[in-house]
Amino acid sequence: MNIAYYPGCTLKTTAKEFDISTKAAAKALGINLVELSRWNCCGTVHALAKDDVMHHLAPLRNLLRVEEAQQSGIVDEKKVVALCAMCYNTLKRSNQAFNADADKAGKVRESMNNEANVYSGQVEVEHLLETLRTQGWEKVQARVTKPLKGLKVAPYYGCLLLRPRGIGVDNADNPRIFEDLLVSLGAEVVDFGYKQKCCGSYNTVHMVDVVADLSNRILSQAQAAGADVVATACPLCEYNLGNRQIEVTKKYPKFYSIPIVYFTQLMALAFGLGEDETALGMNKPDPRPLLREKGLI
Amino acid sequence: MTENSNRMVTIYVMGKKHTVPADLTIMKAMEYAGHQFKRGAGCRGGFCGACATIYRKKGSYKLQGALACQKMVEDGMYIAQIPFSPAEKKSYNLDDLKPDASTFLEQYPEIARCLACNTCTKACPQDLQVMDVVQAALRGDITTTAKLSFDCLSCGLCAVRCPAEIVPYNIGQLARRMYSKYFVGPTEHVEQRVKEVEDGKFDEELNKLKAIDKPSLKKLYDTRDMEA
Repeated sequence: MNIAYYPGCTLKTTAKEFDISTKAAAKALGINLVELSRWNCCGTVHALAKDDVMHHLAPLRNLLRVEEAQQSGIVDEKKVVALCAMCYNTLKRSNQAFNADADKAGKVRESMNNEANVYSGQVEVEHLLETLRTQGWEKVQARVTKPLKGLKVAPYYGCLLLRPRGIGVDNADNPRIFEDLLVSLGAEVVDFGYKQKCCGSYNTVHMVDVVADLSNRILSQAQAAGADVVATACPLCEYNLGNRQIEVTKKYPKFYSIPIVYFTQLMALAFGLGEDETALGMNKPDPRPLLREKGLI
Repeated sequence: MTENSNRMVTIYVMGKKHTVPADLTIMKAMEYAGHQFKRGAGCRGGFCGACATIYRKKGSYKLQGALACQKMVEDGMYIAQIPFSPAEKKSYNLDDLKPDASTFLEQYPEIARCLACNTCTKACPQDLQVMDVVQAALRGDITTTAKLSFDCLSCGLCAVRCPAEIVPYNIGQLARRMYSKYFVGPTEHVEQRVKEVEDGKFDEELNKLKAIDKPSLKKLYDTRDMEA
């Protein structure tokens, strides 16, 4: 099946391992993610202010591209798969706002009147985790050639994957979509109290200290619960929990390092794909020594 | 004489009404009306980007961009020239630049403010996908940024219209420079020509031109071979 794929800027720059492993893992499952030939920044959460039409143009223009791709037969459905939690959230919320408010929709259309086509509002925005759940976890399980046996993985959701209600991929208080995936891959799921807490998001730019505090709390909780590794579905969470461990260690000398990986990298690994496709050499800190120790690579 | 040659239209140059023949470009119509171009005119052939113009047609709210030497006048056109855009242009040494997304953001951090409103694209007289140029730069795709901006004349209209104060034409230029240095590399014909210049292949002709008197030089210029 050909599904429109919206990678977002981060997956093309600092989170390339998320992009590489996603395409490989999806392909292994027979899901052909077709990257939109033209796309722009998702608009990030700026688009969500109520009276703001201008900021909705970026996300909705991407959805128009999906519709155009579907109309020209490049993809099968009026549906787009996003990976970055920020992109997913923004595209979906903007789409919802467009469909809920005819007045706003009219203003958006007027502002995009140089486009060859008019956006209908009918594109469905989906996270890859949802695509997998819809297909059935047994399909994922059937593709596993190297179960992640003995690997204790703490799934970290963060904020934007679960909130607000009606947008999130699962129940915000008791999610299980991430856990279901990890079980299908043969990993041991480690539950911990901070899996839905915020990583500090954009504060990482100007308030590194705040992010160091949050990352320390989240990661220490995961470690106390017995995790070997933390899995994420968001490049900003990955950055704050991973790269920022340098700042965490400076502030909290007792802190010890733990690898952070994308869920798609664990999928690629369990599907028996090589390092070109798991892209496990690109994460900071490096997860490979741990995975070698566990006999998984 | 063309069929339209007797037809006249009304245009407004900086608010002042003129009646001009309908088969003229904006540039020629302005000269017809008595304006003399000291800035804002260059090649007169649609290649140099010097004659950036903003116009609006009667009954429409849209401000549109054009090159004065290419766009024909239309009845009820309101016209203003933008001979220079005081947009930011960075100085850098190409040898010191890293060919990736960080370079665009370091040199022109305002690209991160792009709202994808597409106003730049609407303004472009070359019909380039200007917004896609900025967006490709934002994600560090140097090749796409360079290729999409290849026909840019740096007329400046996109920068003047951008609500985020981005200078798309300088972003494209930076991309094309990095693309040619880091992805394409030196080409044989350019190196060959540089060597010919250095070896003095054109010295004789140049010296001849330098020695010639002004009326003869003018005659030579007027009778030169021109590309169609």
